[in-house]
Amino acid sequence: MSRRQPFSIDWVLLSGLLTLSIISLFLLYSAGDQDMDLLLRQSVRMGLAFAVMFFVASIKPEKLMRWTPWLYGIGLLLLILVLAAGVIGKGAQRWIDLGVIRFQPSEMMKLAVPMMVAWVMVKQPMPARLGTVILGFIVVLVPTVLIIKQPDLGTSLLIAGSGVVVIFLAGMSWRLIMVLAGLAAAAAPLGWYLLHDYQRQRIMTLIDPWSDPLGSGYHTIQSAIAVGSGGLYGKGWLNGSQSQLDFIPERSTDFIFAVFSEEFGFIGSVLLLLVYLFIVGRSLFIAMEAKETYTRLLCGSLAVTFAIYVFVNIGMVTGILPVVGVPLPLISYGGTSMVSLMAGFGILMSAHANRWFMH
Amino acid sequence: MAGLQIKDVFREARLFTSRSIAIGLIMLALVSVLLVRLYFLQVVEYERYSTLSTKNRISLVPIPPVRGLIFDRNGVPLAQNVPSSTLEIIPDHVEDMDALLNELGQLVQLSRSDIKLFRRNLKRNAGFKSIVLRSQLSDEEAGRFAVNSYRFKGVELSARLERHYPLRESGAHVMGYVGRISPRDLEKIDENQYRGINFLGKLGIESYYEDALRGSSGVKQVETNAHGRVVRTVSSTPSQPGKNLYLTIDSRLQAVAEKAMAGRRGAVVAIEPSSGEVLTFASTPTYDPNPFVLGIDSESYGLLRDSLDRPLLNRALRGRYAPGSTIKPFMGMAGIEFGRSPVNKVFCPGFYTLTKGGHRYRCWKHSGHGSMDMHDSIVQSCDVYFYDLARSLGIERIHDYLDEFGFGQKTGIDMHGESAALLPSREWKRGARDEPWYPGETVIAGIGQGYMLATPLQLASATSALANGGIRMRPHFLLAEQDPMDNQVIAANPREVMPIVSNSEVIPLIKDAMVDVTSGARGTARRIGAGSPYSIAAKTGTAQVIGIKQNEKYNEAEIDERHRDHALFIAYAPADNPRIAVAVIVENGGHGGSTAGPIARQVMDYYLLGKEPEA
Repeated sequence: MSRRQPFSIDWVLLSGLLTLSIISLFLLYSAGDQDMDLLLRQSVRMGLAFAVMFFVASIKPEKLMRWTPWLYGIGLLLLILVLAAGVIGKGAQRWIDLGVIRFQPSEMMKLAVPMMVAWVMVKQPMPARLGTVILGFIVVLVPTVLIIKQPDLGTSLLIAGSGVVVIFLAGMSWRLIMVLAGLAAAAAPLGWYLLHDYQRQRIMTLIDPWSDPLGSGYHTIQSAIAVGSGGLYGKGWLNGSQSQLDFIPERSTDFIFAVFSEEFGFIGSVLLLLVYLFIVGRSLFIAMEAKETYTRLLCGSLAVTFAIYVFVNIGMVTGILPVVGVPLPLISYGGTSMVSLMAGFGILMSAHANRWFMH
Repeated sequence: MAGLQIKDVFREARLFTSRSIAIGLIMLALVSVLLVRLYFLQVVEYERYSTLSTKNRISLVPIPPVRGLIFDRNGVPLAQNVPSSTLEIIPDHVEDMDALLNELGQLVQLSRSDIKLFRRNLKRNAGFKSIVLRSQLSDEEAGRFAVNSYRFKGVELSARLERHYPLRESGAHVMGYVGRISPRDLEKIDENQYRGINFLGKLGIESYYEDALRGSSGVKQVETNAHGRVVRTVSSTPSQPGKNLYLTIDSRLQAVAEKAMAGRRGAVVAIEPSSGEVLTFASTPTYDPNPFVLGIDSESYGLLRDSLDRPLLNRALRGRYAPGSTIKPFMGMAGIEFGRSPVNKVFCPGFYTLTKGGHRYRCWKHSGHGSMDMHDSIVQSCDVYFYDLARSLGIERIHDYLDEFGFGQKTGIDMHGESAALLPSREWKRGARDEPWYPGETVIAGIGQGYMLATPLQLASATSALANGGIRMRPHFLLAEQDPMDNQVIAANPREVMPIVSNSEVIPLIKDAMVDVTSGARGTARRIGAGSPYSIAAKTGTAQVIGIKQNEKYNEAEIDERHRDHALFIAYAPADNPRIAVAVIVENGGHGGSTAGPIARQVMDYYLLGKEPEA
């Protein structure tokens, strides 16, 4: 029988995460005008996030599975509450003020949605049948719609993605995938009309940022200039003129990759991508090793979602995706997304500690 | 049950693994997309983005040079640069100009003319160029703005050097002024030489010596952040200051001349005969050039422009006056040159006719002078003698001879806009009027009337040539240039010798006559010479402004002031060793001896004796 380990830590995964944390602190020192206070605040958040990870790592996957419907239910309730009485921040209702801390229910759903979908999927043997798949989609769709309403299209799409990945991993038939993909392609023009003006503007900007270089195209152009002028070797730490002279907006948060890329160049960027790949690869490996199907599906989804975050953020900074508010995981300044991400890594570590091959 | 379970588990594990591999491949594809994109930006397009980044970061800021100072011959400053706090606006950075001006108006005093001038410049200039809204802010105003500057995007407080003419009206027609570079100036100048420079010389010395005074701009490479703030200076090439100029003008003598002319229209030009240095160059009324530096408001300008006294006209340089009797010494020289004996006499009955019973050309002395030789006719200014002399010379010889004294041509003085005035000839009349020359016109040319016109500068220059024994020096304003970098003074414009105009015997003869004008018992300016410790060679002149009909008497008292004769006076002194030659013209001043003469005397007294004129 498996013995509960005092510390359910995967040192391999942890080394990757620590590497990112160290990179993050160095980069924030540069991006945040050498502000030690900012660094300190982020360190505290990191410590908190790692603590959450260790805590979640100590929870057995079976327990998580049992809690899943509750977590999902509470998450849904909070989302409805946010719509009814949330605090408006940056033009959208995303926060709940708990007095002490402000809390984004959508962050919680980043974990609760894949958990719930996995929970639904494992009720039937794999590969998932049509009925189960439909049920899974309903589980995905309800919170997605609620988050779109906030409105926060970026997060809702990422959450939907994390759920859909579970359904895909659960063996949804390729034929069905093709049909859905076809439907999605057909519905795309309709989607254009459902977008807000600012969202359409962002897509137009992506196609031709120079049409409005000081307005909507400014972010895209300046960050492309930062990345491009970094060249092969970069301008060196603290020496990125685009970053240091304030040309990159949001350079501590969503556009921090532009700072990294300007100061460390193509070689640095490739190395950073390798660190991310290493973490994603390790996570997928843990998923494959997992004992329970539920854990496997959930861990697989977490790994893929993490990869999507990285892709969307870097894609945005390098100008191949529209500007959406997605931070670079574990490097951007800010706490909320880091906590949910690290909780996810906690699940992965727990899964690793309780892996299949230990029997 | 257990077998089925195990089979399921394996099958599910296999399915999961295959799906994971599929998803892993997709992710690798996505990572490849990122890598390709990064490679494209950072390696393929590196040059382009690197250039864009540099352009973002580095801007070139021109460093304007300090304009050269101008001093008079004794080192009295005539043009200075004074520091001034200036509010400047870059229109492109302003969203709502009206609101901005309103708010600014609450912090600093903005007069209606400030705003009017600003709006005019707003229309004329490109939006990215800064436009001055107000200058010479008080320390208090500058402080108030500085504290609130964050509220005003596009508005900058800058400390600039501003051109200032401390003597104000005095010598304004010599100095001219600098003014803002206008779009019309831009067509004429090389903009590369004016980087960071907003002003150029528009008139006078400021304009003529623009290149020397300007200096050359430097340039500063600065690093600016996204908000346009300068973070640091990368490199800089200093500017070269303009040359300081020392003028031949004696500003105190100039003031004496202007004071003597106070309330009158006219000009006083004084030249040092041996060098051609212009000691005084007064044109009255004058004006204050200082308001022109920043742009004069249209009301004040209108007053100056439309004034009947025409203060903006540089009379000394451009005023064209009939020389009247002041031409007589030169006519006398021409006579001797072309063979008339100075002792030959002409009888003056008070008038002169070409044919018996024809038109009567009157002498100013209606009762007639009687029998006159050249000496006496200069001393008493007998018109009939010179009618006769002119007729015997003929207009062509008159033209050719006076031409050598510089009449009818620009003197080549170092100032733009000089008038050549007019020395008539047959050829000229055919060309300009398409008419033949009439003999009567030759007759009146003999007393400096008719078509003949001269500028005060020409008269002074000709007098100075006479004083200098017939050697005409080119009149000039520039005494020396000083390089402010090493303080080395270089005497400029070496005295240029113009052609010798006459044989040496004729000069003393004419000089004697001119001395007797002021000292002889019958001299027309004997009151001018009275009590003078030095001897003065002079000639009076009176130039008719309106024609007087035959048999009509000229009555000064009855004629409207502006139709009165112009008073002229030329002189040099001391007669034996001339140090100063003067030409004075007083518009509508009446008789030269009584109006223009005393002014010349005051100028000579001050220059030669240091005697301040009595108040």
